[in-house]
Amino acid sequence: MKIAVTSTGKDLESPMDPRFGRAAYILIVDTDTLAVEVLDNAENVNAFKGAGIQAATMINDKKAEVLLTGYCGPNAFKALEAARIKVGGDVSGTVRQAVAAFSDGNVKLVCEPNAEGHW
Amino acid sequence: MIISIASGKGGTGKTTVATNLAVSVDGPVQLLDCDVEEPNAHLFIRPSIRETKTVTTPVPEIDLEKCNQCKKCAEICRFRAIAVLGDTVLTFPELCHSCGGCMAVCPEGAITEKGRELGVLEAGAMNGVSFVHGRLRVGEAMSPPLIRAVRDRTWADGLTLIDAPPGTSCPVIAAMKDTDFVLLVTEPTPFGLHDLQLAVEAVKILDIPMGLMINRADVGDDHVRDYARAEGLPILMEIPFDRQIAESYSRGDMFALAFPEWKARFREMIEKIETMTGKGAGAQ
Repeated sequence: MKIAVTSTGKDLESPMDPRFGRAAYILIVDTDTLAVEVLDNAENVNAFKGAGIQAATMINDKKAEVLLTGYCGPNAFKALEAARIKVGGDVSGTVRQAVAAFSDGNVKLVCEPNAEGHW
Repeated sequence: MIISIASGKGGTGKTTVATNLAVSVDGPVQLLDCDVEEPNAHLFIRPSIRETKTVTTPVPEIDLEKCNQCKKCAEICRFRAIAVLGDTVLTFPELCHSCGGCMAVCPEGAITEKGRELGVLEAGAMNGVSFVHGRLRVGEAMSPPLIRAVRDRTWADGLTLIDAPPGTSCPVIAAMKDTDFVLLVTEPTPFGLHDLQLAVEAVKILDIPMGLMINRADVGDDHVRDYARAEGLPILMEIPFDRQIAESYSRGDMFALAFPEWKARFREMIEKIETMTGKGAGAQ
């Protein structure tokens, strides 16, 4: 299964980025092989608005089934929900730790946004 | 002639100047309060409102039966108000700036427009001043279309005064754009000067003639005057930090009506602006 993890760096040892839409990188990790595809999110980091929507579109296009991140706002959540991507919120540590926690069933999936929208 | 009254910094006296100007001039005058997030000119003019109209802005509606998920609409939208996710298309109406781009590029004709409510426009009059303002719906962030709806009421003849919102962002540009003159109200303080400089740079880009009105002119320092001299900006009028004027304001009165000498000064300022723009008050 492919899962998306918000990250401050490009590999599994990087600390996670708590933000979703404006994360530095989003890593698409294969939970079976731990193969990593790096998505550079630089364009979204400085987006005026809609960063979460764009990031959701991006990971949907990469066929991720789950997102592990820190905070997820209302618009991003709505987009992820429409794409049927499950969201593990309030996750921290390195990307490798997050993936392991998810594989062990230790990540709680959230069913509503856990951050306010931005204006 | 259309004069917009702007400031950069909030609380410098835009509404005081706009309302007092409106009651000082002879001949037909119209006041458009374009500070739709917190309109307050009506508290002074106290118009009898004769018309109330809901203002909407067009946002896209997607027909999923016709949509083939080509993503052209999502790609053209710089505000990311449309997302194509698998076989679903989501719209985020509060992010939409109503440009119509998505409808124009959709090869399937799957997009139509529907109205999203932004607020109300109210129009009325009092003592020869024609009055229009907008009230943005509470919680709404998209004010420029409502400002444009208020400005659509600009009449063909006579003097139009526009009370602009503070700042230098989209709502202010919507209020100042295509006016004949921008009157910048400032105060001689470091904050006043800082935000005045931002406003002056914005007006320069719009290429509109401008002049300054210094309010509470006897407080603060001389940096605003030094800046005006260096920029070649005319100081058209000064209002002191005066107790009688402040009391009149806090009662919701216009001091130009209470003190004839001030009415005369406001008229002189209009004459100076007419000379600078080469337009009479009645010309458009």
